[in-house]
Amino acid sequence: MRKIGFSLAAPVGAFFLTLVVSTIALMVFGSNPTEAYGDMLSHASKLETQVDILNRATPFYLSAVAAAIGFRMNLFNIGVEGQYLVGFLFAAQVGGLVSLPQVLHILVIMLTAMIASSLYAGLAGILKTTRGVNEVISTIMLNAIAVGGLIAWLQQEWQAELGENFSSTELGTEPIDESGLLPTINGLLEFVTREVGQGKELTGMFLVAVLVGVAYYVLLNRTRFGFDLRASGINPFAARAGGVPPKRMVLAAMMLSGAVAGLIGMVELADRGKFPPDPIQGLGFQGIAVALLGRNNPGGMAFAAMLFAFLDVSSGVLDSTGAASREIAVIMQGIVLLTAVVAYGIANRFRERDEAREAAEVLAAEREVVPA
Amino acid sequence: MISTLTRMPAWARWALYAALGVFLLTLVQTISDTERLTQVATAREMLRFAVPIFLAGLGGLFSERAGVVNIGLEGMLILGMWFGAWGSINYGAWWGLAIGIAGGMIGGLLHAIATVTFQVDHIISGVAINILAPAITRYLSEEIWDSPTTSPRTSAVGDWDVPFLAGGTIFGWESPDWLLTISKWEIWYLSDVAQLSRGLLRGTSWVAIIAIALVPITAFVIWRTRFGLRLRICGENPSAGEAQGIKIIRYKYIAVIMSGGLAGLGGAFISTELSGLFQGGNSAGRGFIGLAALIFGNWRPGGVLLGALLFGYVFGLDLRDLDGTASHAMLLVNAIAFTAVGIWAFTRKNRTDTILAAILGFGALFWWIVADTVPSWWSNTLPYVVVLLVLVFFAQRLRMPVSLGQPYRKGET
Repeated sequence: MRKIGFSLAAPVGAFFLTLVVSTIALMVFGSNPTEAYGDMLSHASKLETQVDILNRATPFYLSAVAAAIGFRMNLFNIGVEGQYLVGFLFAAQVGGLVSLPQVLHILVIMLTAMIASSLYAGLAGILKTTRGVNEVISTIMLNAIAVGGLIAWLQQEWQAELGENFSSTELGTEPIDESGLLPTINGLLEFVTREVGQGKELTGMFLVAVLVGVAYYVLLNRTRFGFDLRASGINPFAARAGGVPPKRMVLAAMMLSGAVAGLIGMVELADRGKFPPDPIQGLGFQGIAVALLGRNNPGGMAFAAMLFAFLDVSSGVLDSTGAASREIAVIMQGIVLLTAVVAYGIANRFRERDEAREAAEVLAAEREVVPA
Repeated sequence: MISTLTRMPAWARWALYAALGVFLLTLVQTISDTERLTQVATAREMLRFAVPIFLAGLGGLFSERAGVVNIGLEGMLILGMWFGAWGSINYGAWWGLAIGIAGGMIGGLLHAIATVTFQVDHIISGVAINILAPAITRYLSEEIWDSPTTSPRTSAVGDWDVPFLAGGTIFGWESPDWLLTISKWEIWYLSDVAQLSRGLLRGTSWVAIIAIALVPITAFVIWRTRFGLRLRICGENPSAGEAQGIKIIRYKYIAVIMSGGLAGLGGAFISTELSGLFQGGNSAGRGFIGLAALIFGNWRPGGVLLGALLFGYVFGLDLRDLDGTASHAMLLVNAIAFTAVGIWAFTRKNRTDTILAAILGFGALFWWIVADTVPSWWSNTLPYVVVLLVLVFFAQRLRMPVSLGQPYRKGET
């Protein structure tokens, strides 16, 4: 009971602290906090907004799982950002070239994305295992190379190809045939609720994200590999003594993390049908935030992804009602992250103290039974 | 030969390296069709790019010497950008810098509270600050300037021409411009050196002068003062320091807050001097590049400056290089550098490194031969590639503070 109390106290405390800080921020600049929060909540109660939230939460969740796989073995894959862009690009390129029956086409595209991202992540893994290069630095560099090099280069190529009078809608990779686009799952949603209006469509990647979440849980908690992974994270030396090859684990975790990262771009690909000149960026870092907030736990991360998506979507409504600046939603994301991280730290310390006291009590009791 | 080099005083060694570097550039320039490698403008752009990178890197040095990894430099830089612009608009240029430093310090304080007091993982706290800082600045911009991404124009602290060397004025009297005279002689190598030096000495921002002055000051503080020794022990062996009665936590706090202040100064430089206004996204990852410069420079002030100048050179060259010929010439510089690394590895009988360097060197040489120009994305990528390669070849030789990133709790060993 106490254990559950500890693990709940931290997120709840973080949430209230965030509310307090953002309320102060709102009041300092003369906005009405109750009005702002009211607008956000009433907006979120609409079915159409909920579809938006799920669409937004899907890439967040995938990104969070990708980061969490690394975190579970103390591997900081900061490079999810670059990895998903690389995977997205390769998948769009391959998908635009081939034309196949629907299921096969989609599978080819997704596998391409996962393999490309996985290899890009593997580069950081190889640098770590063979040269001892810290993965935080190498993935930051690889991010910059993917964003500043690869995408900048492609944009130049596309513009050169189209000549002087290009229109920005034509930029991007070859559009993918209808058969390669993952269908939306509005039908499934309307089966349980009413018809979704305003042309909102729930992305099919939502189901994939749910599957990834389940697979993540099973892999980590029910397989040998998952056990090895967690063991390496908690104590790499003990794991090594227990026969877990540390280098192979680093490489495997990095590549697995990259493979999941490859799926992030698929949400946008299914929506736009090509790799656009202005792909959504920053999902990798937000995924790290979601993973931290959700404590690398599949359910916790789902909740955190929804919270972040809710705040993202809310910023739009604040803009239209004018109750507050839309940026308050982004601030709340940042504050909830920082406070949650600190709160987890405090809760951890309390739990350690608790466990130490319990252990001491048990020891003292034993000593009384068997006098030395 | 190596031993003579290490026995030289630091300033002479660095001057020798610089002379050799310019010699290499002049040599390459002679056999390629560009003159930009040693132009005045190139040196000026190099310095302008290098200053924020260097200040961020120096900030990282203080924090990491005290054992705290600082990925949040980027966020602190962004805070410095916003507060610097705000201070400059409201109270004038010098106050802008001071307020920018203070803004960065707030970021540093947050990082210190999270990592030192609450023992949050350093990377995690840094990532959180990097997410929080752009959000805060967007919100403040929206509320104060009615636009989430841009501010009104700011004022800059101005610049200075060095007298005699670059024609500065002394009490209203215009001194001769010797370096310009030498440049006009057009003597091979000598005039190239004069041009590059003139780019550094004429129209030099006061912030750049402060930044350069910080190299010897930091080196002195870190290596020769009691404060520096205590700071370093926080990063090497905090328990041993604690046993000697050093207040480790206090020193860590000071170091991380200083780190934020330096990154904040770099940010204020970006908004008030480089762009003349606060613009979201203008930091362009310079905090991360500063971190790279820190590693490149092996956690030493002179090395951080060298790294920042190298990266600044590549970025600055690209800015002026519209037809891509200068970046093309840089490929030859790369090839020569790989050859040097290859020879170095060969003398150490390191076969893998020799082969790797040879492949990369021939690749660069081959590209230089077959292509006439290089697209600009290559120059934007080059600094990051350089850092990766430096890590690939020299990661084992870099020496970071031993307890870097380790949590420290008072009274525990």
